[in-house]
Amino acid sequence: MATLFQGLAAVTPLSPSNSIESNKLLFSSRRSLSERKGNNFVVRSDAKVNKVLKSGAARKHELLIPNAVATQGSSSVASASKPGHELLLFEALREGLEEEMERDPTVCVMGEDVGHYGGSYKVTRNLAEKFGDLRVLDTPIAENAFTGMGIGAAMTGLRPIIEGMNMGFLLLAFNQISNNCGMLHYTSGGQFKIPVVIRGPGGVGRQLGAEHSQRLESYFQSIPGIQMVACSTPYNAKGLMKAAIRSDNPVILFEHVLLYNLKERIPDEEYVLSLEEAEMVRPGEHVTILTYSRMRYHVMQAAKTLVNKGYDPEVIDIRSLKPFDLHTIGNSIKKTHRVLIVEECMRTGGIGASLTAAITENFHDYLDAPIICLSSQDVPTPYAGTLEEWTVVQPAQIVTAVEQLCQ
Amino acid sequence: MALSRLASSSTVGSNLIKPITAAISLHHRPISSDATTTLTIETSLPFTAHNCSPPSTSVTTTPSELLSFFRTMALMRRMEIAADSLYKSKLIRGFCHLYDGQEAVAVGMEASTTKKDCIITAYRDHCTFLGRGGTLIEVYSELMGRIDGCSKGKGGSMHFYKKDSGFYGGHGIVGAQVPLGCGLAFGQKYLKDESVTFALYGDGAANQGQLFEALNIAALWDLPAILVCENNHYGMGTAEWRAAKSPAYYKRGDYVPGLKVDGMDVLAVKQAVKFAKEHALQNGPLILEMDTYRYHGHSMSDPGSTYRTRDEISGVRQERDPIERVRKLILSHDIATEKELK
Repeated sequence: MATLFQGLAAVTPLSPSNSIESNKLLFSSRRSLSERKGNNFVVRSDAKVNKVLKSGAARKHELLIPNAVATQGSSSVASASKPGHELLLFEALREGLEEEMERDPTVCVMGEDVGHYGGSYKVTRNLAEKFGDLRVLDTPIAENAFTGMGIGAAMTGLRPIIEGMNMGFLLLAFNQISNNCGMLHYTSGGQFKIPVVIRGPGGVGRQLGAEHSQRLESYFQSIPGIQMVACSTPYNAKGLMKAAIRSDNPVILFEHVLLYNLKERIPDEEYVLSLEEAEMVRPGEHVTILTYSRMRYHVMQAAKTLVNKGYDPEVIDIRSLKPFDLHTIGNSIKKTHRVLIVEECMRTGGIGASLTAAITENFHDYLDAPIICLSSQDVPTPYAGTLEEWTVVQPAQIVTAVEQLCQ
Repeated sequence: MALSRLASSSTVGSNLIKPITAAISLHHRPISSDATTTLTIETSLPFTAHNCSPPSTSVTTTPSELLSFFRTMALMRRMEIAADSLYKSKLIRGFCHLYDGQEAVAVGMEASTTKKDCIITAYRDHCTFLGRGGTLIEVYSELMGRIDGCSKGKGGSMHFYKKDSGFYGGHGIVGAQVPLGCGLAFGQKYLKDESVTFALYGDGAANQGQLFEALNIAALWDLPAILVCENNHYGMGTAEWRAAKSPAYYKRGDYVPGLKVDGMDVLAVKQAVKFAKEHALQNGPLILEMDTYRYHGHSMSDPGSTYRTRDEISGVRQERDPIERVRKLILSHDIATEKELK
């Protein structure tokens, strides 16, 4: 990847700055420098992704999907000539976190290696230096205890963000999350609110092995009293992080290991997204594809192929895993009458299974074909790369499913 | 006996409360000695300390305080016995864990704490709730699933909470309240409250891993958390020597200091809690082990006699009953007459 940067730098005149600028040139390789004002390179969550994919600028995304390793981006760039600023997804999370911590002194972070180490995925880098050890707490390896602690702290009025280094580790804290986090507001008759945010990376990729590639959405979804959201782009990562922190409900924010290095341009001004809304990624007419997190990118890649074959898929990133945004989903189904769910969750009892049930209950009359749900295989994630790839849904399978649906 | 007049559930509350309040009102009469005279009383047993120097066994108190101890403990005792009858009449359902025998712990703790200090306990919480300022109406309404209950009837026996007086429950899962308690202490430290948290648990819960996790964290960050083990020697049906290799629960903190207290002596509890609060505000966590006893079984579905002898229960009742001790103290110091203390 480095040679690609250098090659471009040689071709076009470099403005005097650090090598970070070369990233921008990647986007502007097909255009002259004077045109940099246009936002054609923006990986916007609404609608423009196709455009970017067509230009060479999106090569990063194409590399991202079949291989496990995302490109290592550099830190964020402030550009005077374009609106907004570019950054990577983990930086977007950090920005959201930092803004909320500045805004409200009761917001604190606790987790393993979040402080001095800067976070295992750099989401909390430099925050401990800025806010102090008490607000960015390094905990010992005791998930049950520090999750319980976070919940107890929330009962006194703080707003902790509990980070699981990997979502799978939060299984050790399941009792605290289920019984205390979800239920205390109810069993106390409304006396306590638990405004915690539990976040962490999960998902398959990078050959981390079975225990570190878990998807816990399916386990947590039936806990009464909690909300679940999944972020997929830097834009919605920052917005959802801020919304989750501001919410008085316990929110579980699911991130994905492979998406941390996604780059996008996001607005400079403050924005907070709604926790219960789905995102329209690509409007269409023929079929509704519902997805979330990393599978969104597999779907968009499949969408390219589908468009070439003459289909017009509508892609919705559901974002809110609990509760489902049945308003957006319903409107889409009423338009297209065909539904495909693409998820990375396990087949049995996953988010897709619940979504299928919800759609069938509410929109059965609008469906022209049975709902197809593509999920990961019900197997422990293998270590070998080729095997791992085939436990998750691949774009080719998505294309086949759409063709089957639209017969 | 008032308890037998359980005609309809709507009048039960008033039927129960009338005799209890009638008994209390008898105590409002001028007492012979000045109400604020300081008395110094020796606790019956010394404190056993681990990694710290124990407080002195001379406890200062006043006649009015002793009388209030008596009243509150008697109220708690009768409340629990009434709950027993209500459960047997199927007006309280589900689980009901009674605290009679252990009243000295709740009352002694209240004597040395403020409402800004937090108390969190497990499911044997009726008396702790009362001590924190809850009313009998709230207790019985919650137990019987009525909206006037402290948790609006949605929690039940195991989920009593009173946020405005710092009572955080009321938890069903054994041991899960201890990390919550350390979180409360963390909140207090963060918000610079100058108050402490008492996280109560039992000898059964003392074997939970999350306790040690929480203790490590509390000691690491100097949190003002005091872990109080209410050792009634039985984890449901299992005696402590059958569940714990080392039943010296106050020593289990290792690097965390501990104190073993006679939990049936309300003055000893008061002294220990005062000591613990001062210690925690300066030096971080501490473990208090209250050596206490419950007369009832673990819960209403447990007769309490299959794993211990009736002689043992009546022996403790005769020799160590907390209410009797205070009664003797009051009588011996001529604070009230025997008739008034009935």
